[in-house]
Amino acid sequence: MFIAIAIVLGVASLIGGYIAIHHEKLPVAIIASGLVSLFASVIFLLLAAPDVAMTEAAIGSGLTTLIFFYVLNKIRQRND
Amino acid sequence: MVNIMLTIAVSITLLSIVVSMVRFIKGPSSADRIVAFDVISVSSVALIAFIAALTNRIIYMDVALVYGILGFLGVIVVARYLERGL
Amino acid sequence: MDNNLMEIIGGAIAIGGSIFLLLGSIGLIRMPDVYNRIQAGTKASTLGTMLSLLGLFFIFPGWFGKFMVLIIFVLITNPVSSHILARAAYFIKVPLTKITKVDKWKEHQEIDESRRAHLRKVKINKEGE
Repeated sequence: MFIAIAIVLGVASLIGGYIAIHHEKLPVAIIASGLVSLFASVIFLLLAAPDVAMTEAAIGSGLTTLIFFYVLNKIRQRND
Repeated sequence: MVNIMLTIAVSITLLSIVVSMVRFIKGPSSADRIVAFDVISVSSVALIAFIAALTNRIIYMDVALVYGILGFLGVIVVARYLERGL
Repeated sequence: MDNNLMEIIGGAIAIGGSIFLLLGSIGLIRMPDVYNRIQAGTKASTLGTMLSLLGLFFIFPGWFGKFMVLIIFVLITNPVSSHILARAAYFIKVPLTKITKVDKWKEHQEIDESRRAHLRKVKINKEGE
């Protein structure tokens, strides 16, 4: 049962990683990398590691997305 | 009996995540992709709750709580960025 | 016996909640527009998550506190995020679909413009007198 869940989430996170590398718009790539991190957190939970899952969700999805968008906003203001 | 019902519910929730992933792949604008991200993160809260019920461990619910907070935060940050604010 | 019945009721409610989640994501695919997608996806997924957590509460009555916190959290934050998303999508001019009839914000802006022009005209007339 859990192996089937892990396979589906792994395929979804592969698709998300492909979008994060090969998309031409930068915000879409950042959202896709946050999505990969969310899926990875569920996979860590399936491997019976709730503390690692919590840290992955907090840092990978929250902090990284926040810092990337902050820097993009700074660059956009500098260019205008 | 309860295990079979929860397994059916987990399968339907996984199917919902996969169907939202299609919209994430082919959405024409950025707003479509953020909507798909929101739906995926809210569905994943239900998925984590089902996994916690299947393995009978209460500590997994904390992960669901953190997950809900961070999905909300991500959507707010992206929406504020698109609106030229942050 | 009683405990068993409660567990079966909880499982049925959880399956209903996951069916609502599936319907929300099908609406996310089939709707023609960003705003329709926001409405379908967010509303159905809020109800689906709340029903799933309620069904799990019937199965595990001892986990009362965490289910209650999660239900209240989802109920508060999900409409807020959908509202702020629709606002951002409107202000960066994501196109509406062809069959949209009513656009209240645009009508409001036009009424405001015409009223301002009228007031300007009245003021000019008064200065002329």
